[in-house]
Amino acid sequence: MMETLYGLLIAPFADFAFMQRALAGSLMLSLGACPVGVFLMLRRMSLSGDAMAHAILPGAAAGFLFYGLEILPMTIGGLIAGIIVALGAGAVSRFTIQREDASMAAFYLISLAIGVLMVSIRGSSVDLMHVLFGTVLALNNEALTLIGGIVLVTLVSLAIFWRALVAECLDPLFLRSVSRLGSPVHFIFLGLVVLNLVGGFQALGTLLSVGLMMLPAAAARFWTMRVEPMCVLAVLIGFASCIAGLLLSYHVSLPSGPAIILSAGVVYFASILFGTRGILRARIIHHRHRTA
Amino acid sequence: MTKTCLTFSDLTLGYNSHPAIHHLDGTIHRGSLTAVVGANGSGKSTLMKGIVGVLKPMAGTVVRAPGVRAAYLPQQSELDRSFPARVVDLVSLGLWPRRGLLGRYTREDRDSVSQALMAVGLGGFEKRPIDTLSGGQLQRTLFARVLLQDADLILLDEPFNAVDTKTVGDLIALIKRWHGEERTIMVVVHDLDLVRQNFPETLLLARQPIAWGETKETLRPENLLRARRFHEAWEENAPWCEPDDHKHGGHAHDHGHDHHHGSGPRAA
Repeated sequence: MMETLYGLLIAPFADFAFMQRALAGSLMLSLGACPVGVFLMLRRMSLSGDAMAHAILPGAAAGFLFYGLEILPMTIGGLIAGIIVALGAGAVSRFTIQREDASMAAFYLISLAIGVLMVSIRGSSVDLMHVLFGTVLALNNEALTLIGGIVLVTLVSLAIFWRALVAECLDPLFLRSVSRLGSPVHFIFLGLVVLNLVGGFQALGTLLSVGLMMLPAAAARFWTMRVEPMCVLAVLIGFASCIAGLLLSYHVSLPSGPAIILSAGVVYFASILFGTRGILRARIIHHRHRTA
Repeated sequence: MTKTCLTFSDLTLGYNSHPAIHHLDGTIHRGSLTAVVGANGSGKSTLMKGIVGVLKPMAGTVVRAPGVRAAYLPQQSELDRSFPARVVDLVSLGLWPRRGLLGRYTREDRDSVSQALMAVGLGGFEKRPIDTLSGGQLQRTLFARVLLQDADLILLDEPFNAVDTKTVGDLIALIKRWHGEERTIMVVVHDLDLVRQNFPETLLLARQPIAWGETKETLRPENLLRARRFHEAWEENAPWCEPDDHKHGGHAHDHGHDHHHGSGPRAA
């Protein structure tokens, strides 16, 4: 019995270095990306995360075009493209009448088109699949260091700007009346989104890295009424999804990226149903009420 | 001799080059309690935004005396009520001027949050999620936040909307307490009876100041009639306002003496 469990849950990670790296990389990613996802969701920018993930593509493609499948050039390229789109869309929404959703859509669509164009100039569709879906089972030391650095920057920034970030989400006009931090915090936050998506696209690909950011956050929303526990819970859900996804990918030989995201998807649907603020609970409580 | 808290000089505020506040001159004295009244679209909220600095002037200036900290309760809050926060989290934002971005909240801070909630009649509401509050309760929560901000200049934009009579009484009492503490207060109000009963000074706006000074004088029927005749709509092809169209000087808000503010709408 114990041996089967060991074989099922522990052995894949104990026996194979590539599984250890995959585990370390994806867990670190969850640590940074999930809290960022919570704020993205609370700012009603869930789809902006998706848009940003697409926006990174031309930068990554440019790196790929010039240096092949190398992590550093692709990452830096993605970072630059993401920051251009984030700043451009953010500036348009801050300084003109256009809302962020529209400006973000405009910028990312242009960016995505450029990216697809660049990838198709160079390579086959296999390359495109690489960029889009990532290779969590082939994380090298370079990639792990990069992800570690991104997580560190993310957590430190969140700790420093936490109060301003909460105020900017909760009551932006108030923040503007007491402090000039409103706009800087918005851009710092967009920077963190880009950073974490870039960190994720090595492991999960541009399309799925946003999944690890948003799904745990969306699931955590069904369990708590406060931001701090919501972030912690999102990280834990992210951890669980990564472990489950990697094991699934190992035992059933599924692609690892989708396996991780689908695991998070399962948690999401379970949360909709069984969360303390989910459907079933709301139905049951509905039948009983207190006197005051 | 009272000191000035706010100085408006030739202040024009507006949107898309149409003025909502047109060439306002005058001063607000430290420790004064002023009601700002006027029809819809007469520029009351715009003036508040201009003072707090959320809206930049199209011309002229509004100058705060050095060291004056403002607290602002907007009419249309951008508050996100679906945000997962408790009453205590929302009110604690009022600690920002004291603690800033990184300062730790101390035990005294937490006590002062509780006291502020107590003062607006919401003692024990600390742990309530904000999306379960009624409109009036939310308004009182925001008052508690203003209380906590401990500001010298308090700007309240239609604070009595959606608030029941008893609560209006409570909030008025709070405003009077602030007034007693020598804070400068400006409140946008629609209920003229409320103004007559509780506010020593009134600014009557209709894009320009119609009258400004002692409440009884300002709210005289002929002033109110002139304010009512004010034309709310923008005119797309209104002529550009030339610098010579209005006169400077002679508008100083001379407290305790004659009040000759905004000697009527200037030639349009």
